[in-house]
Amino acid sequence: MGEEKRDSGPLSITYMADMPYDYHAGFYYSRFLKELKDNKRIYGVKCPRCGKVYVPPRIVCRDCFVTMEEFVEVGNEGTLLAFTVTNFPYTDTTRGEPKKIPYTAAYIKLDGSDSNIVHCLDETDEKKIKAGMRVRAVFSDTRTGDYFHDIDHFEIIQ
Amino acid sequence: MKNRVGIVGVGQTHHKSKNTDCKGQELISIAVKRALESADLTMADIDAIVIGNMDHFESINYVDMWSVDGSGGYMKPIMKVTTGGTTGSAVGHAGFYHVASGLFDTVLAIGWEQNSESDTTAAISTCFDPITEREFCGGAIGPLAAQYTAYMSKYGATEEDAALVSVRDHNNAALYNPYAHLRQTITVEEVMKSPYISYPMKFLDICPRSDGACAVIFAGEDKAKKTVERPAWILGVGDCHILVHLADGIGLANLPSLERAAREAYEMAGITDPFRQFDVAELYVPASTAGVTWMEALGLCEEGGGPRLIRSGVTNMVGELPINPSGGVLATNPIGATGLLRIGEAALQVMGKAEEKQVEGARVAVATGFGGCFWSDVTVLSSSTQLD
Amino acid sequence: MDEVAIIGVAQTRYQRDNPASHAEMAYEVTRKALEDAGLTIDDIDNTVTVCNDFWDGRTISCMTITEATGSHKVPTTNVEGDGTYGALMGAMRLLSGLHEVTLVVAQSKVSEGIPAVITNAMFDPVYERSLGLDAINSSALQMRRYMSKYGITEEQCAKVSVKNHKNAKSNPYAHMPLDITVDDVLKSRVLADPIKLLDTSPVSDGACAIIMAVDEVAKKRYSKPVWIRGIGHCADAYHLGDRDLAEVDALVSAARRAYSMAGIQDPVREIDVAEVYDAFSYMELMWMEGLGFCGRGEGGAMIDSGMTGMNGALPVNPSGGVLSAHPVQAAGLARIAEAVLQLRGKADARQVEGATVALAHGIEGACGQGHCVFVLGR
Repeated sequence: MGEEKRDSGPLSITYMADMPYDYHAGFYYSRFLKELKDNKRIYGVKCPRCGKVYVPPRIVCRDCFVTMEEFVEVGNEGTLLAFTVTNFPYTDTTRGEPKKIPYTAAYIKLDGSDSNIVHCLDETDEKKIKAGMRVRAVFSDTRTGDYFHDIDHFEIIQ
Repeated sequence: MKNRVGIVGVGQTHHKSKNTDCKGQELISIAVKRALESADLTMADIDAIVIGNMDHFESINYVDMWSVDGSGGYMKPIMKVTTGGTTGSAVGHAGFYHVASGLFDTVLAIGWEQNSESDTTAAISTCFDPITEREFCGGAIGPLAAQYTAYMSKYGATEEDAALVSVRDHNNAALYNPYAHLRQTITVEEVMKSPYISYPMKFLDICPRSDGACAVIFAGEDKAKKTVERPAWILGVGDCHILVHLADGIGLANLPSLERAAREAYEMAGITDPFRQFDVAELYVPASTAGVTWMEALGLCEEGGGPRLIRSGVTNMVGELPINPSGGVLATNPIGATGLLRIGEAALQVMGKAEEKQVEGARVAVATGFGGCFWSDVTVLSSSTQLD
Repeated sequence: MDEVAIIGVAQTRYQRDNPASHAEMAYEVTRKALEDAGLTIDDIDNTVTVCNDFWDGRTISCMTITEATGSHKVPTTNVEGDGTYGALMGAMRLLSGLHEVTLVVAQSKVSEGIPAVITNAMFDPVYERSLGLDAINSSALQMRRYMSKYGITEEQCAKVSVKNHKNAKSNPYAHMPLDITVDDVLKSRVLADPIKLLDTSPVSDGACAIIMAVDEVAKKRYSKPVWIRGIGHCADAYHLGDRDLAEVDALVSAARRAYSMAGIQDPVREIDVAEVYDAFSYMELMWMEGLGFCGRGEGGAMIDSGMTGMNGALPVNPSGGVLSAHPVQAAGLARIAEAVLQLRGKADARQVEGATVALAHGIEGACGQGHCVFVLGR
């Protein structure tokens, strides 16, 4: 496992152990992922007290601290709140490979949702993107239950 | 508060981008030794230790246990606190609570990181939800860049405003702080001409990642008075870790967590007019843009008033409220130590021991920590046990 | 020091591959602990979470459960260590006089990761890690050293496993209630000689929460709250080679501190029940020695005597202990929760009659390098 690097100065040891995890999606994300995969629908969950809709769905309303159980469909379209064209190299930690750059990270409020999601835009020229633009989800034809695959990307609604 | 707590010693390493001379424990031991020397104490005076870093930067599990050869924790009470970027400030606050509880009289708080040992951005990226966020959250830079696009369009701030913050902090580090990692003076033009890393953030707008450690010694009232002539008394602490989904933090042009943490700390300390009462501030500004946008959350200016304050120059070393005489995070960023360095630097100011970076007559100081998911910690320190 | 009381406890049932997410588990115990204490989330004025980035497979892993524990509403911090250390941090916040009610939540989903890889990362990357040491084989070194130094036998260690798995049958939260014999343990698969499968704790997912309050709040609500009487923690040397692995110096020091705070002079007489961190069968014997329940090297004789059994003078791990459920970060906090149930007289089928003083214990790092000891009473 260890590989020594020698030079005239102090040494170092390279540690490259794989540390895989099998992340349990839990009940709420599982429902979210299944709806995407089977029905191309984006689901949130609604707070029984304040009525806020959270996407992705989660168990507890952070404001009211009550259990949320009502799943509701939200729109495939929404508003771009913020974005950044990412252009520095780093390792994609899900796959352990270099991340493909540039890509545009997009923070989107879907219609009918009170919280925001993060995904990507298919436009990497920052001059053509503005906060406040309308965007639409583009679904993959081959859906697998992976959010970042099943929604392939978001596109700007011209 | 049942037991008053003062800082009596501060030590840090000479921070750099890659410290191949030392193993982590050795790096830690340098900061510890300097903190003990600064207070004229020995390890025998230390009753307990609290340490923090972020695990995946060095890939060492149970750092509290691993550290004992450098931290001095052998056969002593030691525990680890970690909360992301706020780790350093959380370690400082934990040190404070160790003493305030009355369980321990003299406590060593240590923050450290050897960031050069791993791919920092990849390690940070794993903080985001693996199922719904990680794929498109590029480390710590992306979210901050996205936040400034929102602030610019709302308040008319500019990329030049951010550049002014970058120039202030880099130049303070270059001129006044021998421990800083980056020590080159820069100009607004140079910042503006540096390449975009993540629009609107340019290369000279963002913090480096550093190898370094910081140690701060907290003591109960009697011990503090016996140890040094002028301890830095902790008058207020606040911490607010409000979000878990990164996307929910976007669109927050300001930083609500900082506002609440400041409110908690100010209330405890009796701060009612922060701009006037503070003599100096050590703020966790991880990107120049945050140096523009977050001052209002601390009550230092009105909403949207950041650009005005920065352009006026009052936060420069010669201004009314110098911010980051040390050069702050833009010049030095050993992540687990970064928040503790803010507390340590603020303490040095009110102790009158900040040397070249001393703000004349500084008596009341504020230090902040930032990290996690737009989380904040705030500490108020003073050379007096209470404010006038 | 009757200054801080534990007024609410909750645990999930421990199991492998719990389908709930980290946040869902943490919310379950938060909600139940509030119910147990008769409080709402608005009564909690600060929280401490206990999350570990390696076990959780995530940087800043405390972020995972921030909202599920209400930590976003109040001052909070995250202790990365055993759950007992989180409880200690929570107690310090109350003792400072700055807070009144603390919620402490610890959780682990051990089944998501690979324990051998995660525990290999606790060894020094330059010096010891490449040997491939992990929690199991390093503990095997300790067990061997302990056996050879003090003449402890594999049978004596196996008896701990038999006792604790049997006790687990009375604990509805336990992961591994089992009817087994010493022979079953001895014949089970060897993982790292002399450690066999049934000497080893299981891979468990689960969460535990406790709620602590200052005396004014506790006395207002309860006629006889469970008090924290003493706390102590301490760390031994890091490198295995720097320690005599058969010795328990750090535990002796931690226990001494907790006992002195609690005014305990004769632990074996004064303590009615103990919940200790038995990640491996032999550990319970060593921890008995470190806690002063018997002399050095007498752990084997102590289990032989039956004294630590359910009907003995000092029952140890009536819950089945960590051998019967090992949700790593939560395991020590679960010891505290179980001790509280004992002192309330609400431990049901695993109740030790008339328990008024209890001990809970957690460990940190390899081979019990660090220890944290709580003495509770009512």
